[in-house]
Amino acid sequence: MKFKTFAAFVGPSVFLMLLFIAAPLISVFVQGFYLTQPIYETVEVETCTPGFPTQTCVTETKTQPVIGEDGKIITETKYVGLESYRNLLEPDRALTALGNWDWGSLLTIDFWKALRFTLTFTLVTLPLVIGLGLAIAVVVNNTARLIRGPVIFVSLLPFIITPVIGALSIRWLFIGDGIMTAFLEWWLQRDIAMFAQGWTIELLMMFYRVWHVAPFAFVVFYAGLQTVNQDTLESAVIDGASRWERLRYVVIPHLMPLIIFIALIHLMDTYRAFEEIVGFSSQAYRISLQWLTYDLLVPDDSGNRAISRASASAMLTMIGIVILLVPLLRRTWRDHRGGSH
Amino acid sequence: MSAAKTMRQPFGLQLSANAFLAIWCLIAAFPLFWIMVMSFKVPVDAFASNPLEVVFGPETRAAGKGLSILDIVVGIAALFYIARLAVNWLPGMVARFSPGGQIWAGWIIGALAFGIAVVVFLFGLLPPVLGAVNGVLGPLGQPIIGLTTEHYSAVWVENAFYRNFLNSMLVTTGVVVISLTVGTLAGYGLARSGSDLAFWLLIIALIFRALPHSVLVAGYLPVFINSAEFLRPILGDAAPTLYGQPYAVIAVLVSINQPFTIWMLRSFFQNIPTELDEAARVDGCTHFQAFRWVIMPVMWPGVITTGLFSFLLAYNDLLVTSLLLDAQNQTMVPAIAGYFNRETTTTDQVEAVAAAVSIIAPLFLLVMVFQRQIVSGLTAGAVKG
Repeated sequence: MKFKTFAAFVGPSVFLMLLFIAAPLISVFVQGFYLTQPIYETVEVETCTPGFPTQTCVTETKTQPVIGEDGKIITETKYVGLESYRNLLEPDRALTALGNWDWGSLLTIDFWKALRFTLTFTLVTLPLVIGLGLAIAVVVNNTARLIRGPVIFVSLLPFIITPVIGALSIRWLFIGDGIMTAFLEWWLQRDIAMFAQGWTIELLMMFYRVWHVAPFAFVVFYAGLQTVNQDTLESAVIDGASRWERLRYVVIPHLMPLIIFIALIHLMDTYRAFEEIVGFSSQAYRISLQWLTYDLLVPDDSGNRAISRASASAMLTMIGIVILLVPLLRRTWRDHRGGSH
Repeated sequence: MSAAKTMRQPFGLQLSANAFLAIWCLIAAFPLFWIMVMSFKVPVDAFASNPLEVVFGPETRAAGKGLSILDIVVGIAALFYIARLAVNWLPGMVARFSPGGQIWAGWIIGALAFGIAVVVFLFGLLPPVLGAVNGVLGPLGQPIIGLTTEHYSAVWVENAFYRNFLNSMLVTTGVVVISLTVGTLAGYGLARSGSDLAFWLLIIALIFRALPHSVLVAGYLPVFINSAEFLRPILGDAAPTLYGQPYAVIAVLVSINQPFTIWMLRSFFQNIPTELDEAARVDGCTHFQAFRWVIMPVMWPGVITTGLFSFLLAYNDLLVTSLLLDAQNQTMVPAIAGYFNRETTTTDQVEAVAAAVSIIAPLFLLVMVFQRQIVSGLTAGAVKG
């Protein structure tokens, strides 16, 4: 294919990606160094209230935003360097806390709190998703053909449905005296409030995530199991390998590329955790990096969006993604060079 | 034979494997099944701590809303015949009345008409008739299971959820159509070009796929809010404020999903042998003609699968739509976030549950109809490495 034809085919797609992905990235990078604020002026205001025999007048100085001719608040944008990043990271407080080995006070800073949660969340759910997905795939692969279709149908549901609603459906089981909470209380013979402390919410969020992603891992592993070499399996049987040894030494090595694939997709997706926070309304206890950016972008009570700090938080989130992707990219590059040259 | 015998599992293992599977299916389906049950009860029943009360709904029954034995029998029979009609009669009608060759358009219209007819029949015609008959029957006509659709009518009629539904439809249709048009072109180009440039484009797309969406939205927001000022020199006074416009959101969602779309379509195009386009080229087609008249007709399964995933991404999106759309143009998913955040009374909560069930019901149908395509889509990128 000539370059011109190739360009005509991929042109629209590349244009869209440049305009709506690459350009915003650059603008976010720049925004992080600038701060847009209303200009404030200090005025003296004299307020008088009727009194006897004369009015009582109080003169006070007030700070108020300057209103332009069109009735809007005048804003100015100025270069602030790394200030937004400093506001977000609060390096002094963080270092002091680290120096004293005081996790509690480090985790009062939003960014570090979000980072801690996102990392724990990602790393804890990863093995669970792969393990559960693999277990379901192996079991389904060994059952009667008749029930495979319905099992795949039911398994797809948690994966396909809207993430927020998946999270909500689990939350509604546990909220207040919902049936699951009632069941746990009856079972453990104690009072339980799932949404009154951070760690129970975190557990529920992890449960939700595994519930949501395990079907994906299952379907991919199940497809992979169809291509396991039957001759190898049979010779393993003849060599006297037990069921467990066959799984360990034949099936899992065969599925290894798929396991890596699932792990990567899961890392990327869980690192962007967001819907859980909204669905479980956990922002008072647990927040994720993407939610932090989102929260800064939502207008606050006075209608201002903290664009500058949101950009800084977005850039810091990006750094994490880049670190996550470097090993993958290096591998792909090696494969590409090995494959085509 | 002997190998097959040794591969057979001992009874104990089989039993535990099946038990494991049953538990998994229960866990997978239970929360969704449960919110469906909850959405039909009055609040006291819906949030009762005894599961039997949630299922049978004594309070709902006491309020005089429920199903009698007659209702249940007639309802099951009606559902059975509707399912049979959908399977046996609908395909024939669609095939007969579709404009020549455009069978998919016939299916869209046919399915919509059928769906509306079913809803009107089940919720508009049947209840008054059965209500009259129940009154005559006496004890047989007494409700035995509590059930009320009041929350659905509150959500859809009083709170005008249909507006959010229409917005969702607008956004998802736009995203699917544009994504597929742009994506198939790019996917074909990438699959047929072995150049380094194509490789790098795919790698960059992979990096773009990993980006958290909030990063991108942080870039859009200031520009979209002030777009009237930016665009005035080019477009004059007609310059729109992009913030709150469904069209802007469609463009954003298409672009955000582009990396995923082109990866998936490329892997489907790679399954089509290159001999096919070479033959077309020998016969004098240009690249584009070969793509349009030779490759696309055999590419439909891939296009349908990718279309499904584009649909899901647009339909399920919360972050982009909630930040870039204002209240008038809100789609369904961000709208429901507004519901449960303001939950002040338990009635509000059950209405949120009803809204949630309304949102996932179409997805449920989607999985039923397109299970095979979804599975093939999930494994498309993965199995071939």
